[in-house]
Amino acid sequence: MLWWLAIAAAGDGVAIQAGSYEPLYPVDPAVPRTFVSSFILDATPVTRADFSAFVAENERWQRERVPAVLADPGYLASWSGPTEPPAPLDTPVTEVSWFAARAYCEWRGARLPTEDEWEYVSRASEDSLDASKDDAWLARTLAWYGSPRTAGSGRVGQHAPNAHGVHDMHGLVWEWVEDFNNTLFGTDVREGGDAETLRFCGSGTLSATDVSDYATFMRIAYRSSLQGKYTTRGMGFRCAADQESP
Amino acid sequence: MRSILLALATLTACQAPPAAVAPVPFTTGGSAAGDFGPPVGDPIIAELTNAPNVPPPIDRDEPATVVVNLEVVEKVMPISEGVDYTMWTFGGEVPGKFIRVRQGDTVEFHLQNHPDNRMPHNIDLHAVTGPGGGAASSFTAPGHESQFTFQALNQGIYVYHCATAPVGMHIANGMYGMILVEPPEGLPPVDREYYVMQGDFYTVGKYREKGLQPFDMQKAIEENATYVLFNGAEGSLTGDNALQANVGETVRLFVGNGGPNLVSSFHVIGEIFDRVYTDGGTFPQENVQTTLVASGGATMVEFDVEVPGTYVLVDHSIFRAFNKGAIGMLKVDGPESLGVYSGLELDSIYVGDLGDHEGIIAAVTEAEAGGTVTLEQQIAAGEALFGGSCSACHQTTGTGVEGVFPPLAGSDFLMADKERSIGIVLNGLTGPVTVNGSDYNSVMPPMRQLNDDEIAHILTYVRNSWGNSGDAVTAEEVATVRSTTDAPAGAAH
Repeated sequence: MLWWLAIAAAGDGVAIQAGSYEPLYPVDPAVPRTFVSSFILDATPVTRADFSAFVAENERWQRERVPAVLADPGYLASWSGPTEPPAPLDTPVTEVSWFAARAYCEWRGARLPTEDEWEYVSRASEDSLDASKDDAWLARTLAWYGSPRTAGSGRVGQHAPNAHGVHDMHGLVWEWVEDFNNTLFGTDVREGGDAETLRFCGSGTLSATDVSDYATFMRIAYRSSLQGKYTTRGMGFRCAADQESP
Repeated sequence: MRSILLALATLTACQAPPAAVAPVPFTTGGSAAGDFGPPVGDPIIAELTNAPNVPPPIDRDEPATVVVNLEVVEKVMPISEGVDYTMWTFGGEVPGKFIRVRQGDTVEFHLQNHPDNRMPHNIDLHAVTGPGGGAASSFTAPGHESQFTFQALNQGIYVYHCATAPVGMHIANGMYGMILVEPPEGLPPVDREYYVMQGDFYTVGKYREKGLQPFDMQKAIEENATYVLFNGAEGSLTGDNALQANVGETVRLFVGNGGPNLVSSFHVIGEIFDRVYTDGGTFPQENVQTTLVASGGATMVEFDVEVPGTYVLVDHSIFRAFNKGAIGMLKVDGPESLGVYSGLELDSIYVGDLGDHEGIIAAVTEAEAGGTVTLEQQIAAGEALFGGSCSACHQTTGTGVEGVFPPLAGSDFLMADKERSIGIVLNGLTGPVTVNGSDYNSVMPPMRQLNDDEIAHILTYVRNSWGNSGDAVTAEEVATVRSTTDAPAGAAH
């Protein structure tokens, strides 16, 4: 069975066309754009209902059973029982560690998207696959980061999809990616001696390609503050899969 | 304080045998002289305070381990009347908590990022010796806590701030505060210590546009501030929130500037700083009117207060004070000191300079004597007089200054009671009043030196300007109030 049929109940997978985007910190400054192969991405973030089904079937990922090295004490902390998330159930699940998010996607026969995949899809506005030079759109995505935390997390899929057909890349929750600590914690970076300087002050701007893309800045800062066992009330995830050859 | 000791020592040297003079260092020795050995005794939990308060002086002769627990909270807070903003705070307020330690102390710092927060945060304390000032060691995701330890090697007053990318936005949202590292012998004792910190804010809406105002990145990049504020909000240091002191006391202000962009020209209207520890350094400059406070910098100013009244704290880049909110107040209570300052006197030069106006006033006086004065003549004369005596506070537009000087334009308080308004001009007004829904608690001096005609003209002008509409005030009405009321005791006129 095709993977995207398996998740049809949870939310359709969207076929993402291959393309390229401009990462904030390119691996090689001489090659500003990074190519991304076609793949499949959940149209919406994984919901509380989805995750409840997962922990019901996989007891070792229930709150009382999960080892501390795989999830910190905030894991599903707002749930009233091992498989009972708070309402409304069609909002993104948060309070999940990277390990748990990964396990969920594996359970579904999928995986977490890579940072490149996630960032590539996140550059699309409603009517353009690459809105990264659209000042009005950039300002709109940035606004969420400055909005009150009490605004809370809404239901998934309530806003218009972007040009890929994907919802909620901005404005609902932060999302885990497979290589969330790629940018600042890669071995090469650390050995290069700049790992620390990227984590404070404006030094991060020195090697950035587009210093006006503040929303991306904040996503990278956010990801680099994390460890795999961390959970936060504002961070969820969605799953991806390789495009099967016909 | 060291230069004072030095001066005393020099003085003493002229009058007494040199053997009696203890050597006084010209230098504190900087960080190299900042280690007084390992901490003594149990760790101390630091007492942290919200502005404008400062923790009490440290009463310790030995270094200690001081534990600082600081929680980052993102919350919506008012920055002006009816205007809200999403602040990112160190400890729930802007500016962040004031931290006070002693030089040589070992500071064990715990940074907690509240689980409901949206952003990761860290802290760069300018008092830290080490890369990033602690930022690299304190980078903390929501719902987590990080810990690092530093020894406070340099004495002085220092800014701290969040240094998470994009740094400018974290600072623009209020993430700054101050840490004082006392010299080992402590600071010279004073009667009052206060914590004042300036910051610039950038909102999508215009100044005082109501509602929840989002951060405007473009304005921030252009350094085009919407608000310039002391202690995070308009009104945080005015009215009931004004700083307090008594005549004869010495006041010390710890003045910081979080930025993110603007340099402050800090000034207290009507005072001269007896001592400024320029840039927060160790040796004071004396007799300073206005001092620069760098963005990401701090200073310490001290002054004795001799004359009662209200002293207005401003950024003397003055449009910021009157058009962007950079206003605070220090209220000094106590007996008048007329030898130092006489109080408000009518300055004949004001009228003398206004030649045309003098003619108008003379014409009105003549017409009045003949019993033919018109409302228009009275208004014209009143306008001239208003420019000389009243507009300094109430402004030529009658709008006053929000939170400091009440408006006369469209003023419900003014128009409600004609006799009361005559009495206020004659006898002044002290204490809380509510004008058009806003509270004011300031001091208006008595204007009894003006004659009955002049007060009648001014009030007739005020009652028929800027949207006000009322009948004329006559000299007889003023005379009646004057004869039945007294100027308050201690008034200058």
